[in-house]
Amino acid sequence: MVKTIFVKSEKGRKGYRFSNKPIAIPESIPEEYRRKGGVGLPEVSEPQVVRHFVALSTLNHHVDRDLYPLGSCTMKYNPKVNEDVAAMKGFSGLHPEQSCEDLQGALEVIHVLENKLSAITGMEAVSLQSAAGAQGELLGMFVARKHFDDRKESRTKVLVPDTAHGTNPASVYTAGFESRTIRSGDDGEVDIDALAEALDEKTAVLMLTVPNTLGIFESRIDRIIEITHKAGALCYLDGANLNAILGHARPGDMGFDMMHLNLHKTFSTPHGGGGPGSGPLCVKAALERYLPNPRVTFEDGNYRFSYDNTDAVGAIHSFYGNFAVYLRALVYIERLGAEGLRRVSAVANLNANYLAKALADTFPIPYGERCMHEFVASGESYKKHGIRTLDIAKRLLDFGFHAPTIYFPLVVSEALMIEPTETESKETLDRFIAVMKQIAREAVEQPELLREAPHECPVGRLDEITANRRPVLAEPYE
Amino acid sequence: MDVDKMRFSKEHEWVAAEGSDKMATVGITEYAAGELGDIVYIELPEEGTEVKFMEPMGTIEAVKTVADLYAPISGAVKEVNKKLEDEPELTNQSPYGEGWFIKVEMSDPSELEKLMSHEEYQEMIGKE
Repeated sequence: MVKTIFVKSEKGRKGYRFSNKPIAIPESIPEEYRRKGGVGLPEVSEPQVVRHFVALSTLNHHVDRDLYPLGSCTMKYNPKVNEDVAAMKGFSGLHPEQSCEDLQGALEVIHVLENKLSAITGMEAVSLQSAAGAQGELLGMFVARKHFDDRKESRTKVLVPDTAHGTNPASVYTAGFESRTIRSGDDGEVDIDALAEALDEKTAVLMLTVPNTLGIFESRIDRIIEITHKAGALCYLDGANLNAILGHARPGDMGFDMMHLNLHKTFSTPHGGGGPGSGPLCVKAALERYLPNPRVTFEDGNYRFSYDNTDAVGAIHSFYGNFAVYLRALVYIERLGAEGLRRVSAVANLNANYLAKALADTFPIPYGERCMHEFVASGESYKKHGIRTLDIAKRLLDFGFHAPTIYFPLVVSEALMIEPTETESKETLDRFIAVMKQIAREAVEQPELLREAPHECPVGRLDEITANRRPVLAEPYE
Repeated sequence: MDVDKMRFSKEHEWVAAEGSDKMATVGITEYAAGELGDIVYIELPEEGTEVKFMEPMGTIEAVKTVADLYAPISGAVKEVNKKLEDEPELTNQSPYGEGWFIKVEMSDPSELEKLMSHEEYQEMIGKE
C-alpha cells in the first residue's frame, strides 16, 4: 500500500523558505475565522513531492495506457494537440474579470463552439455554462420548471426509462420534480403503452437517453416524442451517448426540446478524475430565453458577455464554465470536420458490434441483435460457479484493462456494459476478446482465482463494503 | 418469522400481518437482499408518514446499486427499525428477522389479497 504524503511528513523539513515576518491580518476578518494553529500541510522536500506524485501516476489506469471500455462513459483517446492549444499563453493567461474588449479571442472561441454544437445537435441555442453532464441535466430541469411556471401549469412528474443514465432521477429530484420509472419492453426499448399510461397533465418532462444504456436506438422515437408533446410535456435528451450518432442523426430534428452534451465524452476532453468537465445545455428557440446569464453575443463586430436575459434561470457555475475544456472540444471538432465526426460514430459502432459478436457466446447479450456504440452483456451463467460480475471485472484488471461499467442498467442481471469507442484498433479489441474468454474459462475451472482478484494490481481486493458503510473522508493531521 | 404466513410483492417486499389487529411488518426478501449484495444504506419513511400501496417509500443503497423501495401495503408507519441506521447488514444477514424495515398500521388489509404467497413468489423469481 502506498503511504499518503501526510505520513511522509517530517517535522521541520522544508521545500521552500518563507520570510518569518508576521503578516498583518486585516481587521475586517472576524476573530473566529482566524486560524489558530498551523496550516496542516505535510512537511516534505520538493523532490519528495515530485517522486510521490510521479509514483502515484504510475499506479493509475488511464486511456493513454490501455483500453478503458467503461460503458456510457466514452473513454476515448484525448489527442495531445488539444492540450497544446489549451496551454497557449493567450488562453491560459486570461482572467475572467478582464474586460470583454481584452477577451475577444476567447469569446469568439465560445461563440464558434456554440454554433458548431448547435449544428451537430439541431438545437437553436446553447449554454456552455454547466460543468458536467449531470449539471446540464439539472439546468435542463430548471429550464423546464421555469417554462411551466410561466405557462401557469403545475406539472410535477418527470418520466425516466429504466435504461436511462443513473444521474437522471437525481437531477429530477434536485430540481424539485418527482421521478417516475418507465419500464422497457422485451426488446430493450421504451414500452409505448407504459409511457402512454404514465403521461398525464402532471407530466413535465420525458428524459430519454438515446441510444439508451443497452446501446439500442429507440426505433419508435417519432411516436415517443409525438405522444409526449401531445400530453403537453417536454422531451429532454440525455446526450451522453451522442458518440453513436454524430453527424448521422440530430436530436433537434427528432423533435427533442432540449438536451445536454458531454464535451468530455463525445469531444475528447480528459475525464475520469472528476473533472473539469463540460455539459452544455442545448435548447430549441422557444426555450432560449430561459438560458442562464451570461450569454456570449456578437454585435457590430464585437463579442461580449450579455446579462440581458431577464427570463433566465439562475447561473449554475461561476463566470462561464470551464473555458479550457471548450478549447479542447473545438480543436477536436475543427480537426475532424463534418465527415470525420461521421466516421467517429461509424467506427465507434463498428468496434462495439465487433466485440459484441465475438463475446456473445461467453457473455450472452440479452437485448438487441445489433448494438450502437455500446452493449450490455450478462455474467449470469457464471453464478452457478459462485462467480459474480464483480469478480470478472476485478480479474480484468490483472490483464491491464480497465473494467467495463458493471451492474448497470438494472434490466440486465449481472450486467457488463462495454463501450470500446472508436479509439481502439482491431488488435486491441482482439486482445480484450481473448482475455474475456480466458476469464470465462477460469470462472469455471479456477473460480477462486477470480474471487481473490486482482492479483497484479498495486492493491488487492478492496473492502468496498466498509468503505461505503463507514467512509473515512479525511486524514487526521497532527 | 414464518415465510408461509407472509405475502410478497413483485418488487420483492414482504408483509407479515400479525394477528387480528391491523399491524403489519414489512421488509425485503432473501432473494432481493442476495441480488442487491452488500447493503450499505437504507432510507426508510419516517414514523407517522402514510405509505401507499406499490408507491415508492424509500431507497436501498448497496455497494453496486441503488434500488427504489415500494410499499407493499397502504397505511401509517408506526415503527421504523432504527437498528438499520448503523447496521444495514442486518437485512443481508436476516431479511425475514432482524433486518425488517417498518411496521405499518394497514388502512386496507384487503390489499394483502393482491400480493403473492411464498410459493407464488418463488415461482416468479424462478422465471427471472
